Amino acid sequence: MEIPENVKKRLSIPAEEHFYAGHTACQGCGASLGLRYVLKAYGKRTIFAIPACCSTIITGAWPYSTLDANLFHTAFETTGAVISGIEAALKARGIKVKGEDGVMIIGWAGDGGTADIGLQALSGFLERGHDAVYIMYDNEAYMNTGIQRSSSTPYGAWTTNTPGGKKHFLEKRHKKKVIDIVIAHEIPYAATASVAYPEDFIKKLKKAQKTPGPSFIQLFAPCPTGWRSPTDKSIELARLAVQTAYFPLFEYENGKYRINMPNPKNEPKPIEEFLKFQGRFKYMTREDVEVLQQWVNHEWEKLKKLAEVFG
Amino acid sequence: MAEYKPIKKVVSGNYAAAYAAKDARVQVVAAYPITPQTSIIEKIAEFIADGEANIQYVPVESEHSAMAACIGASAAGARAFTATSAQGLALMHEMLHWASGARLPIVMVDVNRAMAPPWSVWDDQTDSLAQRDTGWMQFYAENNQEVYDGVLMAFKVAETVNVPAMVIESAFILSHTYDVVEMIPQELVDEFLPPREPLYDLANFEKPFSVGALATPADYYEFRYKLAKAHEEAKKVIREVGREFGERFGRDYSRMIETYRTDDADFVFLGMGSLMGTVKQAVDLLREEGYRVGAAKVLWFRPFPGEELYELAKGVEGIAVLDRNFSFGQEGILFNEAKGVLYNTKARPLMKNYIVGLGGRDFTVSDVRKIAENMKAIIEKGELDVEVDWYHLKR
Ligand SMILES: Cc1ncc(C[n+]2csc(CCOP(=O)(O)OP(=O)(O)O)c2C)c(N)n1
Ligand code: SF4
Repeated sequence: MEIPENVKKRLSIPAEEHFYAGHTACQGCGASLGLRYVLKAYGKRTIFAIPACCSTIITGAWPYSTLDANLFHTAFETTGAVISGIEAALKARGIKVKGEDGVMIIGWAGDGGTADIGLQALSGFLERGHDAVYIMYDNEAYMNTGIQRSSSTPYGAWTTNTPGGKKHFLEKRHKKKVIDIVIAHEIPYAATASVAYPEDFIKKLKKAQKTPGPSFIQLFAPCPTGWRSPTDKSIELARLAVQTAYFPLFEYENGKYRINMPNPKNEPKPIEEFLKFQGRFKYMTREDVEVLQQWVNHEWEKLKKLAEVFG
Repeated sequence: MAEYKPIKKVVSGNYAAAYAAKDARVQVVAAYPITPQTSIIEKIAEFIADGEANIQYVPVESEHSAMAACIGASAAGARAFTATSAQGLALMHEMLHWASGARLPIVMVDVNRAMAPPWSVWDDQTDSLAQRDTGWMQFYAENNQEVYDGVLMAFKVAETVNVPAMVIESAFILSHTYDVVEMIPQELVDEFLPPREPLYDLANFEKPFSVGALATPADYYEFRYKLAKAHEEAKKVIREVGREFGERFGRDYSRMIETYRTDDADFVFLGMGSLMGTVKQAVDLLREEGYRVGAAKVLWFRPFPGEELYELAKGVEGIAVLDRNFSFGQEGILFNEAKGVLYNTKARPLMKNYIVGLGGRDFTVSDVRKIAENMKAIIEKGELDVEVDWYHLKR
């Protein structure tokens, strides 16, 4: 559909679509929205490296592709290394990378492929300082293999290998703070983003594009299939994750932290707000909710302190 | 064509590999250190530091990432190179499939080293032979010259058929032993090996494409067939490239199995890599003593030169297969392959498997003589004593 110029002008995010219809994501999939926004921000002069994950499937089986950009499917644990190699090749060939007019190289991986098996390659990529953008879409479990825990799965969540049972649920570990590990590499730009806030996400993508060196964005991307949530609630859940400070939006730029919450004056809502609609949390007791709330409070205070001291 | 005046240098096998990579004008090197491969990547780093080579060097955090980075680089159109040994190669295993499946002509040097445990840094071919089914081509070098020549030819063959290739040299016996290597002036290498023309290029955005997407049972099979055909095609290309190399530079590699004094031989020694130098020397001595023996060196193990083996087997009564490797639960890997190739032919010489040199155990001319005596006895009797002989075993 052709969008009239006057309408285009009013839109705060690009009207152009480079993510084709006919993709194979589930209804309400946050990851597919994320891909769509990335392509809106970067356009077709983009090279994706996507490891084993739901996005392998979403982007289409041979000979089809839902992306209007080039895509190299790679092994589960290699995203950081593959984008390093692509960047090295383009540099060797004298092709401009990153920046306004350069080719964008994007590693697009799930939380499992990033926080777990791919952490080593991610660290190598960050530490060596390649000009590429690594986006971890965080749906908080291994969805592609049928909803198993990752180290990014939160306390109290049901997954197929941390099931809830007659006695209790098995997931007793808190969500790994991958972004903190990333920031410990002191890269020029890292941020969290959410599919519920596309303008914020695209602004961050643009910033990553302008900043030389490696950038990292952790994108909160609900998965109704894995979260046992209604397919029309994904955006609401993503918004509640931010509003409860369960998944706060912030940026780390050249050593400085900046929190960018939609309503900075508002106190975070209680965590229960985020837990609703989600079958994966149904095994939690009142005490469990309190444990999770304490963790959220602790992390949120920590972040506020960081923003205060390194703001 | 400029006249060929070789540049003679006394170098280790590892340095020969590094010089070859430089002369091949590789654009991206991603590598991780492991004994005894390390000096290859150190030497390449030195070339870069001295401004002698224009290479993007990615000092990765593991061999798995080394191969992944080479894959990314090759998919993005660059000529990519790496090197490793043993545990490093094993760690790369998954990515080796990725390189061949994505049809990327990466060239890698593997310095054959025994797999741990127990730890050993010495020669053993099992590391590379365990990668037999990854879809990579494999070239086994006998000496430092063949390491150098092998890398240059491997790039040319790999880029013609879009299949990655491994050039394999033995730990310390070649990697750290200095010998005269005739190197080729840069402009002549450039004529022989022009810039790469990639099958696809991730930096071309004219018509978006994806590589490696899910293939259903309706299509996967054909992908495998095409890779199988590429290996078939590679045999032709290898022979042509080997002949061209010979015409240009005087060292002929037009045969995938090099034969030495086999024409009138009663029996031959079949093997790969550095131990064949020892065997050739032994053949000369044995000939003086009246043994009619020859040596046959498998240069390219993948694709496997079955036709050439058949030609060889037709003319002899016995083949002593020397394996510096072992497939547990069965036998030496070359022995297994060679028997398999000959099964459906009319050539059925007596074949016996000698397991030699594992983990760097010394393999000498006098060992070859003992094997020759044993082979002679077997042939006279017309039957094997044992099929697989752990030759060095302390009994
Ligand atoms: C080496 C290896 N181990 C296991 C797998 C199986 N595998 C494929 S996708 C996947 C989980 C992916 O999870 P995540 O990265 O969180 O992405 P999501 O599926 O949630 O989108 C696993 C375990 C694999 N492809 N490779
Ligand atoms: S399982 Fe979840 S992440 Fe995967 S496609 Fe479906 S909704 Fe998206």
